[in-house]
Amino acid sequence: MTGPARLDSVLAEHWWAAVAAIARRTGDLEVAEDAVQEACAAAVVQWLGDESGSAGIPPNPRAWLITTAWHKAVDAMRRESRRVELEAETGFGHAVLARGDDTTEPHAESGSEASAWTASTGDDELALICACCHPALDLAARIALTLRCVVGLSTAEIAAAFVVPEPTIAQRIVRAKRKIRQAGIALTVPRPADLADRLGTVLRVAYLVFTQGHRAASGADLVRGDLCDRAVWLARQLAGALPGEPEVAGLLALLLLTDARRATRTGPDGALVLLADQDRGQWDQAKIIEGEALVTSALRQGRPGPYQLHAAIAACHSTAESGQATDWRQIAALYHELGRFEPTPVVMANHAVAVAMAEGPSAGLAMLDRLVDDGRLDRWPPLYVARAELLSRLDRCDEARAAYQAALAAELPAAERAFIGRRIAELTSS
Amino acid sequence: MKYLFLLHGSGEPMPEPGTPTFSEWVEKWSAATGKMAQAGVLIECSPVQAASASTTLRVRDGEVLLTDGPAAEIKEHFGGFSLVECADLDEALRWAATLPSATEGCVEIRPVVQVAAPG
Repeated sequence: MTGPARLDSVLAEHWWAAVAAIARRTGDLEVAEDAVQEACAAAVVQWLGDESGSAGIPPNPRAWLITTAWHKAVDAMRRESRRVELEAETGFGHAVLARGDDTTEPHAESGSEASAWTASTGDDELALICACCHPALDLAARIALTLRCVVGLSTAEIAAAFVVPEPTIAQRIVRAKRKIRQAGIALTVPRPADLADRLGTVLRVAYLVFTQGHRAASGADLVRGDLCDRAVWLARQLAGALPGEPEVAGLLALLLLTDARRATRTGPDGALVLLADQDRGQWDQAKIIEGEALVTSALRQGRPGPYQLHAAIAACHSTAESGQATDWRQIAALYHELGRFEPTPVVMANHAVAVAMAEGPSAGLAMLDRLVDDGRLDRWPPLYVARAELLSRLDRCDEARAAYQAALAAELPAAERAFIGRRIAELTSS
Repeated sequence: MKYLFLLHGSGEPMPEPGTPTFSEWVEKWSAATGKMAQAGVLIECSPVQAASASTTLRVRDGEVLLTDGPAAEIKEHFGGFSLVECADLDEALRWAATLPSATEGCVEIRPVVQVAAPG
């Protein structure tokens, strides 16, 4: 790993804890994010001081980052209180001052051992993600804000993930942070009753972070391993904080089972490799064993939910000795059950593929054709790819080629685009 | 009889403190509310945060439903108000959900800007 890349990963690793610590201390997410951003910029300058790049990283980068961010935050709040004093002179009050008066400095110096102040307890992080996922915020705002403040993605990366213009995402994040401050959304861990309510949104966001890592929305980089790691870590933190919630265990299981196949998802040339063609010997058995154990014990609680069912499906794939040995009837049954929780066309499309594998391509194709008529998945390339696969298995090559062409009409990662191109070439030469 | 005046502005943000426009704004409002206070008719007058800081709450079949934003474009009619002091939005939402309007219509939770009376 080169110096700058190592530096990026170090900053990404501590971003959440740093924003959470400063947010708790200042009570202001906007101040916290700006301060941590400035601290990261300072880190890039100071830590990259020598050519090796990594020698400049302090022994405790989290403490350095939090301490530096705290100084930046204090500076920002001092500027703000001058503005507030100006308001006071004109006879107007100062709600803002209350959050800027505590300028006691943390004792962790860069390079020294972290004090209790900069050591993470996990509560700050949970509080931050709960605020970011507050139901009084638009769902799109919750996701964007979590990706920014918790995961540390740039607005450009989030914009790419959502396939919307960057200014739209930037505006969405600014507005969400402002609403948290103005509406008095607490930057503390919610009461247990509220925490349970908040869970669904938090899990959804964690899942979306993983899928963003697993399948970059556009560009050549199909798997962003660091994002996957952070999402797994995030799910693990949540599972640790909320034991006895089978859906949290289900999410962690799902991410582990999917992530276990990361190394085989792309070939040496970066091209996409289908599940059936992946080298099962390369799958991460430790993750598979942990994931399967988690989902088995979660389902045993008798409170099934979408994450547990998705995980059970992933477990069917991951524990099969070969593509042929996959229990497609069980997978079709699990998708049918999943449809009760998520009656979406995407789940129906996956159900159709499982039925095709269990009962033959014709049965699955009939289900997919109904979805094409439905029209809601017009802009979802996997539907056309799945249809093309079934058509080619039925030797309807012209129709298969047309279906692949339809998939290419949408924006796709380069690896998937290349994969479809190869399939079209195979159909043409056969 | 008590009346709540719903004050609709131009949509322009409050002027930046310290600017001449801000001073004019303060004088204008102080003059108007000062007279009302002297006459003994004023109970409370404060600006509220922008509509973007607002949250609208409904209770349907016992489930609390939240919307990010004001109670615009709805069939329900504005029929009253409560001014509450709460630690944070979650506490305000808990109280709002207990009001009959939450089930029958909806409750818009609009944060009030803390402003001290002039002089």
